[in-house]
Amino acid sequence: MSAHVAVKDLRITAGGKAIVDGVSFEIERGQVLALIGESGSGKTTIALALMGHSRFGATISGEVRLGETRVDRLDDAGLQALRGRRVAYVAQSAASAFNPSRTIMAQVTEPLLVHRLAGKEEAEARAVDLFRALALPSPETIGARYPHQLSGGQLQRLMAAMALITRPELVILDEPTTALDVTTQVEVLKAFKVAIASVGATAIYVSHDLAVVAQMADSILVLNQGRTREQGAAEQVLHAPADDYTRTLMGAARPHARSAPAVVGKEALLKVEGVHAAYGKVPVLRDISLSLAKGATLGVIGESGSGKSTLARVIAGLLPRSAGSVSLAGEELPKGLEGRSREQFRRVQLVFQNADTALNPVQTVGQALARPLAFYHGLKGAAAEAEVARLLDLIRLPAHLATRNVRQLSGGQKQRVNLARALAARPEVLLCDEVTSALDTVVGAAILELIDELRRELGIATVFISHDISTVRAFCDQVLVLYGGTAVEQADAAAFGRGVHHPYTDLLTDSVPEMRAGWLEQARTRKAVLAGESGDDLCRFLPRCPVAIAGTCNAAPPPLRSGDGLALLCHHELHDLEGMSA
Amino acid sequence: MSRFASFAKSLPLSGRIGLSLVLFWLAVALVGPAVAPHGVGAFVDQDVFSPVSSAFPLGSDYLGRDVLSRLLWGARYTVFLGAGAALLACLIGTTLALTAAVRGGWVDEVLSRAMDTLISIPSKIFALVMVAAFGSSLALLLTITAITYVPGNYRIARALAVNVVSLDFVTVARARGEGGLHVALREVLPNMIHPLLADFGLRFVFIVLLLSGLSFLGLGVQPPYADLGSLVRENMSGLVDGAPAIVMPALAIATLTVGANLLIDALKPVEKQG
Repeated sequence: MSAHVAVKDLRITAGGKAIVDGVSFEIERGQVLALIGESGSGKTTIALALMGHSRFGATISGEVRLGETRVDRLDDAGLQALRGRRVAYVAQSAASAFNPSRTIMAQVTEPLLVHRLAGKEEAEARAVDLFRALALPSPETIGARYPHQLSGGQLQRLMAAMALITRPELVILDEPTTALDVTTQVEVLKAFKVAIASVGATAIYVSHDLAVVAQMADSILVLNQGRTREQGAAEQVLHAPADDYTRTLMGAARPHARSAPAVVGKEALLKVEGVHAAYGKVPVLRDISLSLAKGATLGVIGESGSGKSTLARVIAGLLPRSAGSVSLAGEELPKGLEGRSREQFRRVQLVFQNADTALNPVQTVGQALARPLAFYHGLKGAAAEAEVARLLDLIRLPAHLATRNVRQLSGGQKQRVNLARALAARPEVLLCDEVTSALDTVVGAAILELIDELRRELGIATVFISHDISTVRAFCDQVLVLYGGTAVEQADAAAFGRGVHHPYTDLLTDSVPEMRAGWLEQARTRKAVLAGESGDDLCRFLPRCPVAIAGTCNAAPPPLRSGDGLALLCHHELHDLEGMSA
Repeated sequence: MSRFASFAKSLPLSGRIGLSLVLFWLAVALVGPAVAPHGVGAFVDQDVFSPVSSAFPLGSDYLGRDVLSRLLWGARYTVFLGAGAALLACLIGTTLALTAAVRGGWVDEVLSRAMDTLISIPSKIFALVMVAAFGSSLALLLTITAITYVPGNYRIARALAVNVVSLDFVTVARARGEGGLHVALREVLPNMIHPLLADFGLRFVFIVLLLSGLSFLGLGVQPPYADLGSLVRENMSGLVDGAPAIVMPALAIATLTVGANLLIDALKPVEKQG
């Protein structure tokens, strides 16, 4: 029997430029092919071509075969019958893929009803079965809810339910877990794997995350700029890559510890003591204390909503703290922006996550960099120009880029400019808020190395906010783990490496996929002991904690356990936790 | 001049047409009275609504006056009063909108409610009261039309500005310690200039219509002077005969407003350049 899906010499061109150039592959029935590559490599374009769809009015040529059907030769009516019925698509951001004004059930059953494959009752029964297979909470009633009442991970699984409900032959998953927290990602991946297997569909998994791909794929196709770089069984590509580009990707996926330790000053430069902050009446930070010396790096980790970005905003004064103090070199900073002197502004600089929105789109690179120079240092004319050139050299961009508009830069270049603008102030504290999470792995790794190098050369104290625990572990001298606005664990690098952790840190560590097949099956998902219990003073992690002690954890606030460079909030003794982490 | 030439060259065809129409009407407004063959109120034709002839290139109007001369005299009111009022309205509206968006809080609240109040006053009645109180004059007409169109511009500019203010680069500027003026003029305004220009073009057309409406009520430009709108109004009865006296001023308004809008649309939105 020939392959279920066959693509031969696929070429997709837009405006005379080839986005995909001569890609061929075959997938056997029930197998999963992963398309990996950086952004702009054409992986999503290929995936969409399998549904006969092309973006930006691009033209598709070559052969796309699904079973006995030549997808590339179908007319509009033929494509309409194909889409949603034989081929289904799961998009990256489920939150924006659902219609907010209709119930989940109406949207999940829609493909069945549109293609007249089932009546309303049968469709709803099938949907509930899928909800159960995808391990969604209260499968019988979840359909009556609206998208805004559900979490991102739940929506992503519901999106899969919508795709799988017609029992399609081919499912296309386009970066379905990229927008999710690591802890959620594990659950979603598990649910996907089970559900796809139960329907018996062939799947194409588009991703830039090699470790995730290792869990899902039978074979892998590595793409770069629309061309195939390497193609083969998952095991071979991941563990014995033949192509240089694949090896680069693999190298970037594993952050290696920095080469030389930083020269860290003795005295605390930035001191945060007992800081509380709230959005309106909702508390987002509770009693955060930290101290950071010149040249040191503090990693702040936590899931979305843990308050890690808020911490940076509070230090920068964008969100006035409601209690506590923030001081810089012994001098207390005013709560909000008002009352801070220009010098105080200069010493603390914030680098935003998304360089696309953090740079003013009407400015040139030179203008963006010259403003802080003029504002803080009064540099104008030739002196400013020379300094801009020096900054561009520092971030390893060619000097002629100064006259370019920021929109003409690539994502990585923008993030470098974003960083350079902060450095132009000659800051003492640099707050980096998820600066690499919007970038490709290779580009992100280069930015990280750049930050680390600059920090060492310029002696800047860095607060490095990230959701990626392995990056933080490799780059930081101190680690702060936030959960629900509380610092559940705080440790220096050596103590953090010893393996005694708060149960939440353990959960985070266990959720990072490893680059080997079978990890997903072995990954522990330990059930919470006291699910549903929470209180204002109690441990914030209690509703999700797998090792909570009934009668203690739900009765009293967790005590502070500290020793040898480590401090964490837990009812368990440190030596007990050591056993649990192992 | 070479800068202007390269600017004109950068425009698409529609933009060049718009630019030449606008320049033509500006020239007419400036030198019109000097080259007009007759005085603005001179009765020179025995007949009314006479067709195009060598003596009267655009015919004569309902009182037997030369339409070409009246057009040449009238263009300045429409161009300068219309454009002036539109400019004034947009300037005031956008300034207030930027203040509201950048300051936020109670400043925004007070300004927005004040504008809502202004919107609720019918513009014609407002004009009527003002003219009754102060008597018609060009300065008053300018003020009235500008005030009438401030709230509309404010609403649009504020909506645009609020969107821009929520973007990260504005937060970055604030965290840098920048003052409100820099944030408003350097960070926010350049990102909303194109929709604002389109709004200006739209308001200009509205103001031409409001002015002619006021002239119809006898509150606008006072006879024997007339702006283009009142030329159309006063020759209304010539419509059944298809007299050039009504067609020509209407054509004049059309070419002026279409020209202005073509030019504005051809100015590339900043975010799509390069």
